[in-house]
Amino acid sequence: MAEMLSGGDILLKALKDTGVEMIFGYPGGSALHIYDAIFRQKDIKHILVRHEQGATHAADAYSRVTGEVGTVLVTSGPGATNAVTGIATAYMDSIPMVVISGQVMSHLIGADAFQETDMIGVSRPVVKHSFMAKSPEEIPEIIAKAYYLARTGRPGPVVVDIPKDVTAPHIKVVYKYPEKIEMRSYQPVKRGHAGQIKKAIKAILQAKRPVLYVGGGAVLGNASEQVRELAEILNFPVTNTLMGLGVIPGEDPRNMGMLGMHGTYEANMAMHHADLILCLGARFDDRTTNATAKYCPDATIVHVDIDPTSISKNVNAHIPIVGPLDSVAREMVNVFKATEKRPDTDALEQWWEQCHNWRAQHGLFTHPNHEPSKGSMIKPQDVIKMLYKVTNGDAIITSDVGQHQMFAAQYYHFNRPRQWLNSGGLGTMGYGLPAAMGAQFADRDATVACVTGEGSIQMCIQELSTCTQYHLPLKIINVNNQALGMVKQWQDMQYEGRYSESLYEESLPDFVKLAEAYGHVGMKITKWEELEEKMREAFAMTDRLVFMDIQVDPMEHVYPMQIAMGSMRDMWVNKTERT
Amino acid sequence: MTIEQKRIISVLMENAPGGLSRVVGLFSQRGYNIDSLNVAPTNDTSLSRLTLTTRCDDLVIEQVTKQLNKLIDVVKVQDITEGSHIERELMMIKVRTRGDERSEVKRCADIFRGQIIDVGPNYYTVLVEGDAAKLDAFIEALAEMRVLEVVRSGVCGIARSDKALTL
Ligand SMILES: Cc1ncc(C[n+]2csc(CCOP(=O)(O)OP(=O)(O)O)c2C)c(N)n1
Ligand SMILES: [Mg+2]
Repeated sequence: MAEMLSGGDILLKALKDTGVEMIFGYPGGSALHIYDAIFRQKDIKHILVRHEQGATHAADAYSRVTGEVGTVLVTSGPGATNAVTGIATAYMDSIPMVVISGQVMSHLIGADAFQETDMIGVSRPVVKHSFMAKSPEEIPEIIAKAYYLARTGRPGPVVVDIPKDVTAPHIKVVYKYPEKIEMRSYQPVKRGHAGQIKKAIKAILQAKRPVLYVGGGAVLGNASEQVRELAEILNFPVTNTLMGLGVIPGEDPRNMGMLGMHGTYEANMAMHHADLILCLGARFDDRTTNATAKYCPDATIVHVDIDPTSISKNVNAHIPIVGPLDSVAREMVNVFKATEKRPDTDALEQWWEQCHNWRAQHGLFTHPNHEPSKGSMIKPQDVIKMLYKVTNGDAIITSDVGQHQMFAAQYYHFNRPRQWLNSGGLGTMGYGLPAAMGAQFADRDATVACVTGEGSIQMCIQELSTCTQYHLPLKIINVNNQALGMVKQWQDMQYEGRYSESLYEESLPDFVKLAEAYGHVGMKITKWEELEEKMREAFAMTDRLVFMDIQVDPMEHVYPMQIAMGSMRDMWVNKTERT
Repeated sequence: MTIEQKRIISVLMENAPGGLSRVVGLFSQRGYNIDSLNVAPTNDTSLSRLTLTTRCDDLVIEQVTKQLNKLIDVVKVQDITEGSHIERELMMIKVRTRGDERSEVKRCADIFRGQIIDVGPNYYTVLVEGDAAKLDAFIEALAEMRVLEVVRSGVCGIARSDKALTL
């Protein structure tokens, strides 16, 4: 006889059968039947966070590191709404995630019941799709579909809302997991159009000033290997978006660094002067293009993306290719492996010379845009360079949002995909710490460092308690500039230094004591000369969370910075010089 | 520069809860306008056919159709204004009619091949069917009268070919 199970047990069994190993969550009334079912099983580990936002960011980072779908469980009402920021963060960065929310009992829906929120409605603009389970029988199929949708095509978060009565222990039904998921209205593309790929190859062969422009799609689509091969065969200069860091090794000589608002001088110059842009899995976000009317005037744009809506949305693509990046890039590599034909090598040599010149002029490392650190003047850029040195470039780095985030992106060389986790699309302060937790859960042996600011860290600081409970030996690099630095930088540059609400007036906590209060190690670092030693000491404590509160120059700005309404080449390269 | 044009978009989608709100949400979220919208199940009741009209240029219509296609519940999308097509809308219009006005309204309805479908001592309700422009013209023709109520179904459209928007 078939086994009869309650909705709660069915949910857990379906999650297990889908391959879920870990849930990040927080209990509450509408989710209690589910939590009781969690208590009854051993296969799936539940991580109790301190705020539902933390659960979503942790699950998001877990996914970014493993490539699997992250799982979140929250209760109805405030539990669900607290999760929305994390769902939106995952949505903007196309991170596969399933968020299961408890809902009030079916008969109370619409009655403004206690802790009722229309979660399907609230989350609608920031999910790939959503489901409401109306009966326990429906649960396995909904779960199977939710994970399938989350991870296939352009990945994204999926919400599954489950009214409390559907998981009640006394209603038992037969458990049946679907053998196969088929959705007639959803068929993600499997490969790129052959004719379009041919056209792209032709354009590539004609290029004299090409740039390979790599986005987060190459990370999500596990196409790093193919993209590296393509870059090597073609010997094109490569630039990447904030989300594409690590696809091409940071130290690869072809890597021109990140492009865009705070991109490198050489990457932005190369983009502006390019005659061919081969874009692989980026979406021409406004932070990467500057004014689209002045964007890369000479370039033929080949745009490969899994999501047709990303193509020609912001910037017109001359040769669009809709398809999974791994397969499209592989096909391109195979074409060039089978032929001797290459783009004009003399032209390419000249182009490289030009790129090298740009790099020599204003490269982040060849021609620093900041003074060196000395005594009590620690430059935030040097903190990141030191972090790179101390961790041998091998740590998983999470980040928050602000100047410290841009410095981390600019100065840490990411040598592999899934090594750099940050909220690129939504720009969510508070992402860093819970993301570091998710990363550590995903890889218990990895060194995980969270580069944060004293502003951002306070948005999810409560998660230090979660780190205590689960013994997560994170390293927190608090780049403390005593201000909402990025806001202050804009106020310096655009509001004549009127620091409206970007300063804390001596109200910052003693972060060392704060870390200690949670049972962690706290360190305050104020002198450049002690930075390396202290940092090494911190990273040597492999079984402890160490909070490094590093006092940095409060007046530093992030450069280069593109000039609003300008083209890609219009930049401030330091406080006084512009292009 | 491309110019704004009226577009009629047909959408075939799963007849599932929440589907319509996703379509409507998409339009408001991305700042597209909806001029009219109608939706009903098809002969296969697991599917709904939705017709919406909007005004936009070529670039926007490309995004609109792509974004609609991206919705998980959507099976197929077609901008039927791209080719030869038939467009129909239904309107019921209630007009105050006293004395001479009654014959005037009747005459107008005849010209537009409308039918008087309800009569009261001081009103007529006229049913008119046609493309949106014709219905606009009928309202225009009654400009001198006191129109009490107008109900329009929104545009329904179908392409003129043996190709069909099906599974
Ligand atoms: C949740 C949220 N609120 C507001 C902002 C706007 N914002 C962007 S950067 C920034 C300042 C961040 O300060 P801090 O974390 O100290 O980083 P810093 O720039 O000083 O390195 C603010 C307020 C945001 N990105 N996210
Ligand atoms: Mg700060």
